[in-house]
Amino acid sequence: MEVTSIQDGIIIDHIPAGRALSVIHFLGLDPTRTRMALIMNTRSERYGSKDIIKIEQEATFQLDILGFVAPQASINIVKAGKIVSKRTPGRPLSLVNVIRCSNPRCVTTVEGGIDQGFHLDTTGGQPGVYRCDYCDEEAELS
Amino acid sequence: MGDLRGSSLVTLDDMRLEHIRSLIQRAAYIDGHRQQVAKTCAGRVLATLFYEPSTRTRLSFETAMLRLGGQVVGFAGAQLSSASKGETISDTLKVVSNYADLVAIRHPKEGAARVAAQAASVPVINAGDGGHMHPTQTLADLATIQARLGRLSDLTVGLCGDLTFGRTVHSLVTTLARFGGIRFVLISPDELRCPQYVLDRIDAAPTCSYLCTRDLTSVIGDLDVLYMTRVQQERFFNEDDYLRLRDTYILDEAKLSGARQHLAVLHPLPRVNEIAVEVDSDPRAAYFQQVKEGMLVRMALEAALLGDPLPGYEDEMEEN
Repeated sequence: MEVTSIQDGIIIDHIPAGRALSVIHFLGLDPTRTRMALIMNTRSERYGSKDIIKIEQEATFQLDILGFVAPQASINIVKAGKIVSKRTPGRPLSLVNVIRCSNPRCVTTVEGGIDQGFHLDTTGGQPGVYRCDYCDEEAELS
Repeated sequence: MGDLRGSSLVTLDDMRLEHIRSLIQRAAYIDGHRQQVAKTCAGRVLATLFYEPSTRTRLSFETAMLRLGGQVVGFAGAQLSSASKGETISDTLKVVSNYADLVAIRHPKEGAARVAAQAASVPVINAGDGGHMHPTQTLADLATIQARLGRLSDLTVGLCGDLTFGRTVHSLVTTLARFGGIRFVLISPDELRCPQYVLDRIDAAPTCSYLCTRDLTSVIGDLDVLYMTRVQQERFFNEDDYLRLRDTYILDEAKLSGARQHLAVLHPLPRVNEIAVEVDSDPRAAYFQQVKEGMLVRMALEAALLGDPLPGYEDEMEEN
């Protein structure tokens, strides 16, 4: 399989295999309007298998969310066909209206008009887990 | 203590240890100066919004305000509130903030007290939000331990029974771990062990440690505090399992015979049969004192959140 390189944009590499579609969802990318390549379940020397997303546009979306959905990913910024910077996503301290709490006993299931907030809890050690601001239930990646 | 004026209590995790210590100290002062503090909150109104009935907790909050000279309004049961018409918690709190100076809320949904505190323009106290938090129960537990043993650290604390679903256990463990110097002995059947996130809290406290065991008799002699909990029948799918586990931890005089003389036996109540009635007359039984300490510490909390000073308290602190 051959996917051409991009000229200006972002390559999100080392996404856990099978999670690229979730990444697209959480980044808020519209697949019908975004010029991008999606590579899933390809070989990875580091992890065995991985997904890759190549996006031919400037990063106007919140890349921090990758710290939640794909913390092991690497973000490569491409300009004029060359990678000019490379970094791993940080773990955001909070997530607001990104995911919903899955706890059926949580107040967010009955109370409309409030933010769906999660915070990073590192009590059990790094890298930590995200917990609901209201009920402390651990976040689930749907 | 002025820092607490106007603030809400949703979880003790948000409260500094110095404020917890101060509340317990104030509760002890109130106990010895009932007449002097009887008008501390005169003219104040407490609203108790109990979306699910909890008669003893509600009475404790209301008695506390009445003993401070304030008054109370409220409801017990969602069918008696506008929630039955579909009103949100936020809207109810925005309305009630115009009536009352302070709100105590109990709600079956976890996190409801945080929603209430965000919406209200007056201080809100979490009187229990589902199986999540019940911070004033923990304050009552701490006040009882302080009254009995004179300290909240350098203790061996046993917690026995349902350690999986018992919110009072989780809150007490995580708060005591912040005080430090606690050896926790976690006594439960395998099916009802303490959840990992609570154990992580103990591990994160450098001067605390824990031991998990199924056998109460073999460890009771090491304990300064024994916190008994009810094995909750509604958690079991199999009636036989419930009966077997429930009967494992009946604390009676025979088991207590191996305990230290200064042991304090606590229980958040109600009990079913995990503490035999014969233990009530044992000087180590502290669970009815716990009820009194709960009211006193709620008095201290209500006055503190309202910013109403306890008459004579500051003077006595200066003298000491």
